[in-house]
Amino acid sequence: MAPAIRILLAKPGLDGHDRGIKVVARALRDAGFEVIYTGLHQTPEMVVSAAIQEDVDAIGLSILSGAHNTLFPRVLALLRERGADGIVVFAGGIIPDEDIPRLLEAGIRKVFSPGASLEEIVGWARANIPPRGAAA
Amino acid sequence: MSVTKGGRPAGTPVRGLGPPGETLSGIPVKEVYGPEDLAGRSLEAALGRPGAYPFTRGIHPTMYRGRLWTMRQFAGFGTAEDTNRRFRYLLEHGQTGLSVAFDMPTLMGYDSDHPRAMGEVGREGVAIDTLEDMEILLRDLPLDRVTTSMTINAPANVLLAMYVATADRRGIPRAQIGGTTQTDMLKEFIAQKEWIVPPRPSMRLIQDMLAFGVRELPRWNVISISGYHIREAGATAVQELAFTLADGIAYVEAGIAAGLDVDDFAPRLSFFFDVHNDFFEEIAKFRAARRMWATIMRDRFGARTPRSWWLRTHAQTAGVSLTAQQPLNNIARVALQALAAVLGGTQSLHTNSMDETYALPTEEAVTVALRTQQIIAHETGVAATADPLGGAYFVETLTDQIEEAAWRYIRAIDALGGMVAAVEAGYPMREIADASFRFQQQVERGERIIVGVNEFTMPEETPIPILRIDPEVERRQIERTRRVRAERDNARAERALAALRRAAEGSENTMDAILECVTAYATLGEISDVFRRVYGEYREPALV
Repeated sequence: MAPAIRILLAKPGLDGHDRGIKVVARALRDAGFEVIYTGLHQTPEMVVSAAIQEDVDAIGLSILSGAHNTLFPRVLALLRERGADGIVVFAGGIIPDEDIPRLLEAGIRKVFSPGASLEEIVGWARANIPPRGAAA
Repeated sequence: MSVTKGGRPAGTPVRGLGPPGETLSGIPVKEVYGPEDLAGRSLEAALGRPGAYPFTRGIHPTMYRGRLWTMRQFAGFGTAEDTNRRFRYLLEHGQTGLSVAFDMPTLMGYDSDHPRAMGEVGREGVAIDTLEDMEILLRDLPLDRVTTSMTINAPANVLLAMYVATADRRGIPRAQIGGTTQTDMLKEFIAQKEWIVPPRPSMRLIQDMLAFGVRELPRWNVISISGYHIREAGATAVQELAFTLADGIAYVEAGIAAGLDVDDFAPRLSFFFDVHNDFFEEIAKFRAARRMWATIMRDRFGARTPRSWWLRTHAQTAGVSLTAQQPLNNIARVALQALAAVLGGTQSLHTNSMDETYALPTEEAVTVALRTQQIIAHETGVAATADPLGGAYFVETLTDQIEEAAWRYIRAIDALGGMVAAVEAGYPMREIADASFRFQQQVERGERIIVGVNEFTMPEETPIPILRIDPEVERRQIERTRRVRAERDNARAERALAALRRAAEGSENTMDAILECVTAYATLGEISDVFRRVYGEYREPALV
């Protein structure tokens, strides 16, 4: 059996709204992914270090405070700096539609808006996160 | 009422709701209720008259005939100037109380120029770093006539000190300033998750505030015991009620342990509940809450004055119930939730704006939300008589059932050693995470209908205007804080911070030392750092 795909779910920034990310964590876990949750109030540096240390295949970021335009690109830049830009990064939270194109351009692979279903998130993760070992 | 639906294939037309029904908290709902449901129940003892123990029907004999609820729209964004302008707009349009939202760095005790504040300054509320920001925020507002609610918890002591210092400078007697600081750290650890130091030192700082309030601020509600965030984090109505009252019990115990007479501070504890979609369950929740708190205060704590028995509450419509899809529908949701809060007997109310799933509300959206309250107050007639639903078979049965379920939780928390110990054990957090996952699964399976999300959907979304926060705000705010630090009498600020450190290490009340710090223009971050050094920073175990 192929090893489970590992996903780091992270809350960069200071907002404490973790209902969404915790529900997503359980749904991904129930769907067979290996899920690591960072807990709250992470800096981009902490997120990237955890991702590298845990050797994950993907990072899911959640922000509900409006700081996404600052913090998401910072996570991506740090991943590139540390040569870990093979990790797939996706995101959710309260992110206005007009911010999404810029975030996608910056390298976020998918942004889930409020009201996205768990089925949609799990389905996307299955289709879009290759196990990194297997990719080569 | 929200009703679960068993096994209906998606897309089939909805005819009747069908069996079985249950409330959002999972309490079964029968097809019809009658006198048999209340048989053997003394309504006289369970309800009393409005204004009489146990206050099930409301805390005032004539309720809204005597005094309407306070229409209090929460606002705060950008710099102190931006928020001050919004407050003046709201007061001009008939709002009767102020309510301040702070940004994330302020909530966590970081100055705007702290590296962790990057990208967050002024986004979800106003940034307050120094007394100068507070003075600008309150400029030209009649502090002796309006009451101000500040949604601030971990650094509530600092923000209260800034408010008092501002009033002092304007020559307004401390006895005349009225308002509320939320100061409810237990619900922060449970749900909202904005903290500085661990639970036990947090409780000690709250004791200092309670004692300061008793001594100096007769019109200030030092703690607003809040179920709102617990509910928004995914709790059921029953969990919200139970955990909130259990938090209240912990604060009363803390006040008594600080040597205060319960009747000196209990009358100024106020509450803050969510009001969600399940109409009758919400009304029953408010009625059960009053009855339970009256019993707790009179029988458990031996409070003697009736005002100590009152559960006075603010209510806010459920932000979590708003949908990004078909956002105009949110106006209807908010109106129905607000109606439930009024029928439940709230003392003050915030109605959410239709656009809040995207961002902070625009001025137009806030106005519609305020008008919704004015329509309920002045057009519908529901405020004309106290507790119009009192005695209804279903409402009284549901009130009893919610109360019983909430007592079960409170007994479980008592058995764990009270709420502080329960929080340290992660108990309420786990219960909430389980409930919110259960709810989400019901939605996904189509067992619960959310209009416009999993039923009655439309391909085209109606675009609505949203409020953008100019990134310039962060730069301007950082500039101001740095200027204040550069211009102040540094030696005085250092002395004040050192004195605060000694008070925090010892048992002296910290509030006077904090007042001296803010007056000396020590910043919120510097003051919070003193507490971080003395008590350590709180880190939550990352439970999923």
